[in-house]
Amino acid sequence: MDLTALLECVTTLSCVVTQTTSGLIIGVLLFLVAAGLTLIFGVLKVINFTHGSLYMLGAYLGLTGYRITGSFALAVVLAGLGVALFAAVFERVFMRRVYGTDVLMQLLVCYAFILILDDVVKIVWGPEFQSMGMPAAFQAPPILFGGGVIPVFYLFLISAAAVIALGLWFLLVRTRIGKIVRAAAHNPDMTSALGINTGMVYASVFALGGLLAGLAGALAAPVRSMSPGMGFSILIESFIVTVIGGMGSVGGALAGAVLIGVIRAFGSIGFPLFVEGLMFMAMAAILILKPSGLFGREER
Amino acid sequence: MSGAAGQRASVPGGLARDAAWAGAALVLLLVLPLVFPSKVLLDYIIRVAAFGIFATSLNMLVGFGGMVSFGHGMFFGGGAYAFGLLMQKAGVSIPVAFVGGMVYCALLALVVGAICIRLKETFFSFLTLAFQMLLHSIIISWVGLTGGDQGLMGGIPRPPFLGINLANQLHLYSFACVLLVASLLLMRHILQTPFGYTLRMVRDNPDRARFLGIDIARIRLTAFVMAGCFGGVGGILMSLFVSGAYPEFAYWSTSGEAVFMIMMGGIHLFLGPIVGAAVFMALNDVITKFTEYHGLALGITVLVFALVFRRGLTDFVAQLRGAARAKP
Repeated sequence: MDLTALLECVTTLSCVVTQTTSGLIIGVLLFLVAAGLTLIFGVLKVINFTHGSLYMLGAYLGLTGYRITGSFALAVVLAGLGVALFAAVFERVFMRRVYGTDVLMQLLVCYAFILILDDVVKIVWGPEFQSMGMPAAFQAPPILFGGGVIPVFYLFLISAAAVIALGLWFLLVRTRIGKIVRAAAHNPDMTSALGINTGMVYASVFALGGLLAGLAGALAAPVRSMSPGMGFSILIESFIVTVIGGMGSVGGALAGAVLIGVIRAFGSIGFPLFVEGLMFMAMAAILILKPSGLFGREER
Repeated sequence: MSGAAGQRASVPGGLARDAAWAGAALVLLLVLPLVFPSKVLLDYIIRVAAFGIFATSLNMLVGFGGMVSFGHGMFFGGGAYAFGLLMQKAGVSIPVAFVGGMVYCALLALVVGAICIRLKETFFSFLTLAFQMLLHSIIISWVGLTGGDQGLMGGIPRPPFLGINLANQLHLYSFACVLLVASLLLMRHILQTPFGYTLRMVRDNPDRARFLGIDIARIRLTAFVMAGCFGGVGGILMSLFVSGAYPEFAYWSTSGEAVFMIMMGGIHLFLGPIVGAAVFMALNDVITKFTEYHGLALGITVLVFALVFRRGLTDFVAQLRGAARAKP
């Protein structure tokens, strides 16, 4: 514990700026992953334990895409689409078979895929740590703001995540597709009775979740190193985010993700060994005070 | 009234029968090294005992309580570390450290359980998993106490007690067998008591149990704490076997393996998880021998069980027996 360092940081503008930016970076990436997790839960009522592996897949596909095409933007889009396709196939071929059964079978199918995907990554990309390196377009001197250092890439990352979040909001709230998804989340039987192919809806929601996780993985690739098994910690973190924000609520995921990002960024100064513990304390507090989460509506 | 009294009376009789079976099994296990003096076989059985106790304790929650915990490895790792640290730093005797490890697991289960049992089904699974990963990250980052990712440094001392020397393989084997049989008998007995049947009722119909005035949260928490205790026993036995404790004990994959063991063995039979543990351990050895892509092979096996068979091995046996009975 180092409270003096924390106090020193929050009273210095440069440190506040630097830590807030890095907290936002953690937050927006977490939001993209958690939004998919919460969407899939909202519609299918299952928690996708493989969601961290989808993030990992996105990072590695982004790495390969970048090495082949040389364009980071193209690599990110390709990675997102690739993971979306994988997620749709995973849902139709495997997850679909365990919806009606108990949690145990869902858990086992996810467990199997976490193991399989980690090994597939090991076979295709190798077991060692890999990194993409900063794309040439972002190798500009960082921006100084109030004495704090903000890398150009961070600005790009935050704007890209904002654009994706806006697109997601538009898709869910303003389009017919969004209406169908929300209807299926609310009452799948009624939706199906109205002539909507709910199987297609389920696959699409999984694909959308995969797209978001894949985009997050590829977007994070220049600033995070990659290794097989890297998805697991982000899975736990995004679960914490969804519990804090309220399972099923995309807006809650945004609030929870930013909160966790800020906790991580400032916690790493004040309590370097207890950052994980801080996140869990935040989650436990929410569970005790408001079990449905900050933005959760329904009773569980 | 008389029906209830009759049922209650039948429990001690059941215990006597279970104890007779347990005694017979123990005698068989203890005679085994005289017939097959194979070190590999004894090591295998010790590992099966550790994971068998661990998996059976998880099945108290999953099979009998309907609580699918995905974080049970926290007690395997927690028990191993608490035991190892007590042996290393406090220098107490093995029985004292053993009880200490179990008490630690009970307290851990009390705190984690109090938060987790509020949630249902898949949330419960995820939340237990999350808490396990918290414990894992504490083990990794608190290097001064735990040795970080290297595991407990210098091994765990195994001083002899009551004439038992656990550094000797035969002694350790006998100790493991006694521990296995005693733990199973105790867990079986707990599940046959009125508490065990209340737990089943809470699993099958929580609303009805609530109407009958049962404090569901208390029943679930009690089961969680007991399962945590026995899970710790499995971890302690494993740490005695390898003479150390490693962060992998508390990693999520340990929980995943246990969940697969009980599913593969069958959750409906009390002894299913033991069958699962024995088959899993053998399978593990075979897979490790033939491929370095352990996860891939294990993952495919899990998929076959979950999606193709859709039931455990003992469920097949129960089904065959049912079919044979139905025939005449």
